[in-house]
Amino acid sequence: MLQLKNLGKRYKTGDDALKGVNLEIPDGQLVGLIGPSGAGKSTLIRCVNRLVEPTTGTVTLNNIEVTSLSAGGLRKERRKMGMIFQEYALVDRLTIMENVMSGRLGYMGFWKSFFRKYPQADIDEAFRLLERVGLDHMVDKRADELSGGQKQRVGIARALIQDPEVILIDEPTASLDPKTSRQIMRLISELCRERNLSAIVNIHDVALAQMFVERIVGLQMGEIVFDGAPDELTPDVLTKIYGEEDWEATIDEVDEDEDITIDEKSVEASI
Amino acid sequence: MPVTTKGDLKVWQRRDRAKQFKIWFAWLIGVAIFMFCWEIISDKTTWFFVFDAPRIAADIGGRAWPPRWSYLSELWKPMWDTINIATLGTLLAIIMGVPVAFLAATNTTPSKRFLRPLALLIIVSTRSINSLVWALLLVSIIGPGIFAGTLAIAIRSIGFVAKLLYEAIEETDINQIEAIQATGASKLQVIAYGIVPQIMPAFAGLSVFRWDINIRESTILGLVGAGGIGLYLSSSLNILAWPQVAVILIMILVAVVISEWVSSKVRLAII
Repeated sequence: MLQLKNLGKRYKTGDDALKGVNLEIPDGQLVGLIGPSGAGKSTLIRCVNRLVEPTTGTVTLNNIEVTSLSAGGLRKERRKMGMIFQEYALVDRLTIMENVMSGRLGYMGFWKSFFRKYPQADIDEAFRLLERVGLDHMVDKRADELSGGQKQRVGIARALIQDPEVILIDEPTASLDPKTSRQIMRLISELCRERNLSAIVNIHDVALAQMFVERIVGLQMGEIVFDGAPDELTPDVLTKIYGEEDWEATIDEVDEDEDITIDEKSVEASI
Repeated sequence: MPVTTKGDLKVWQRRDRAKQFKIWFAWLIGVAIFMFCWEIISDKTTWFFVFDAPRIAADIGGRAWPPRWSYLSELWKPMWDTINIATLGTLLAIIMGVPVAFLAATNTTPSKRFLRPLALLIIVSTRSINSLVWALLLVSIIGPGIFAGTLAIAIRSIGFVAKLLYEAIEETDINQIEAIQATGASKLQVIAYGIVPQIMPAFAGLSVFRWDINIRESTILGLVGAGGIGLYLSSSLNILAWPQVAVILIMILVAVVISEWVSSKVRLAII
């Protein structure tokens, strides 16, 4: 259970990015966070693991108050929070295996990690995860040799090998083509279900969000203006979140089944 | 500003009239200063010596030719010393310069108020004094010989290594670093996994580049008694043994060409 209470962030420039956000995410729930650029979506996600330090309010993960932890305590708590990034944020000059293993750094001593002496159990888990995301045959490739979709799969494996209780996902598909976007979102939602993980995912693509998440939160100017099921998103609600526009085409229902059969083949092909 | 209307036409020029005039005026002042200085230099030059120069140069060239090749047998040892001075000096500089770079970079320094200015002071002071001057000082402190030369090269190179490296550290991609931080890694692990891979190409490039410069600098250190081939150059010059000077100069030239070739090969291999 992830709880945000009265979470606020004011940047040094005086901008109020978050204005007292209250949000509660039970275990196993995948929440889509939508809203216009500058609404505070990234800030909200980064306040949870304190990559951005919130100015007011509290973040509580399974009864541990993240916002009051010391630096050392925060490092320990961050191990339970996986993060997936928009531009993948893999370390370009490290191999896939090293990138995945960087998810275990919080559990290792410095010299062991420096000399890449990973415990065999972690290596087994890395191979399992890489197989799950479809990349087990390329562990020794360097991260900068991969395509965007492949990089994001490595990013997912890195987040999951932390054995997290929650994953924070910042625009995972913003740099990907429409088909790869669906594959990545499907992979994320499947993995969250398999492992009973709660997750917050920032997403620009409303239709994509409706397809894969069970709950949608709309953020506008640092405040939550909508919280409900994907099918409750009406043109009126979207207008409230984003402003006036013709929304009928955006909410168009997409036939998911047809899409899956095409994708399975193309996953094989792209590998 | 640079857009003017002539009738219906909108005419665009790069600069408006006032700016154009300012630039023209700046050029006028620059040329005037140059002419004035030229006149002073011209007045203080003994032109007889200048006109005589080609004859003297031809005379020295005539005495130096043919080079006394038999002298080579005495030169291998000091040349080897010279290469060792350069290589060991560069290694020492790297060992001392790398920590200074991490103290100086704004994103890795542990204290911006105290340690960073200190590191910058080390960089500026070691860089601003020529290695020949360092050698002069060190020869009088620890006596003549190879050790003084090695130290002179090392001290002169600390600033170079540290400055280029700390600039590389500051230019690293923050996303990759944040991704490592988000896993719960310690500060040292963030450096080892997030920063070091990113600065490796710059580090390797600047190391061989500095080694290449140091080969050149160490050839003259002998002039002040700090060991190496410069010692033989200065004694040959003192007894006007021009054919020996010719051999030494050719040898230095060959060594410099080889070192440049090696460093360009290494840089290509790494990037």
